[in-house]
Amino acid sequence: MGSFTPEEITAIWLSVKVACWATAVSLVPGILVAWLLARRSFPGRILLDGLVHLPLVLPPVVTGYILLLLFGRNGPVGRILADMGIVLAFNWTGAVLACSVMAFPLLVRAIRLSMEAVDTRLEGAAAGLGAPPWAVFLTVTLPLSLPGILSGAILCFAKALGEFGATITFVAAIPGVTQTLPAAIYGLTQVPGGDAAALRLTMVAAFIAIVALTASELLARRVRRRVEGRDA
Amino acid sequence: MLDLSLTHRVGQFTLSAFLSIGPGVTTITGPSGAGKSTLLSLIAGLSRPTQGRILLNGQILVDTETKQFLAPHRRHVGHVFQEARLFPHLNVRHNLLYGRLFGGRGRPGPALDMIVDLLDIAPLLHRRPRDLSGGERQRVAIGRALLSNPSLLLLDEPLSALDSGRRAELLPYLRRLRDGTGLPMLYVTHQRQEVADLATGWVRVEEGTVRVDQ
Repeated sequence: MGSFTPEEITAIWLSVKVACWATAVSLVPGILVAWLLARRSFPGRILLDGLVHLPLVLPPVVTGYILLLLFGRNGPVGRILADMGIVLAFNWTGAVLACSVMAFPLLVRAIRLSMEAVDTRLEGAAAGLGAPPWAVFLTVTLPLSLPGILSGAILCFAKALGEFGATITFVAAIPGVTQTLPAAIYGLTQVPGGDAAALRLTMVAAFIAIVALTASELLARRVRRRVEGRDA
Repeated sequence: MLDLSLTHRVGQFTLSAFLSIGPGVTTITGPSGAGKSTLLSLIAGLSRPTQGRILLNGQILVDTETKQFLAPHRRHVGHVFQEARLFPHLNVRHNLLYGRLFGGRGRPGPALDMIVDLLDIAPLLHRRPRDLSGGERQRVAIGRALLSNPSLLLLDEPLSALDSGRRAELLPYLRRLRDGTGLPMLYVTHQRQEVADLATGWVRVEEGTVRVDQ
């Protein structure tokens, strides 16, 4: 099959970097939004729920285009960020944003489900022991929903690793800058003689995904044991 | 001293309570649906009375006239439920010490050793809640409530989920608690035996009316 070209290695590395950053950046907002949806009732709750899920139902190209309109150099948000020296469009940080937005619904769903499964009577008991609401969240709700947070983070990572449509629309596929693994594979399938390289990269993508999923399953099992208190 | 003067409406049902409850164990009896649990949830701050006020040792817990309402976590009211409601992700020791994280504020509470001895839970300290029997769990729940250093302890049928053997096993601990701590307790029960064993004061709730029972 031959060895990887420097360009391919760059694409692999870039994908992993983008997926890691997308997961890291989404985690705290994801936990907060999941908590709001699971535990609070406020005006606009349905709107927030819909907004979070929008990237799941919109064609990825549309999401990418909306990001371009908002965060592009001439977009309302992009202009403000550009003044602060932050450029997202056609930059790898833009790929992070696109992947985060696309993966966000999966992250929020997983965390929200596990938070809803936390017994509210335990939260009430904590309040009765003198814990203010923020402490109830940090010492009861959060640790008990850790398995869901973990699987949400892995889903987010996997989704970010494979994200294609929104990323290529928002930041294109500039080799060495924004060309992630899926974009590189797509590019290779479009040129004559690119099949071997495409297959190589496909196997890499499959390998990374399997390693990530296996690691998460092992970790999730350990966390679940701890949380449910099976190890005395 | 707990002073209640309130009326509370939930749909068609009205609960009214005008009484003072002193130290010792005051048992609260009455048929199901008469308002016993509603009464406790008003004292704990889990619901607000439609009208009236509650004072604990002179401190206003709630007063609808002046629109004062003390949040549950600021009330220093311990609550033991039918099920222990222990935190499954913490071992017994950390469950017991949970209230200590927030109790502080210059109110020295009972020592862990003292409570552990009182309830005989030393061998359980490093276990997880799921490895405890029902009776053990309930003892830990009582210990956890005591260590949060409450000014009042609410016990809502704490033995009702246990079989009669376990119940008999726990009663002596509750008696020790009454005689050893001087903490005022409100004790909801259906069991004549528990009333006879523990009560120093009697309250009866019938069709929404709370009154001192002779």
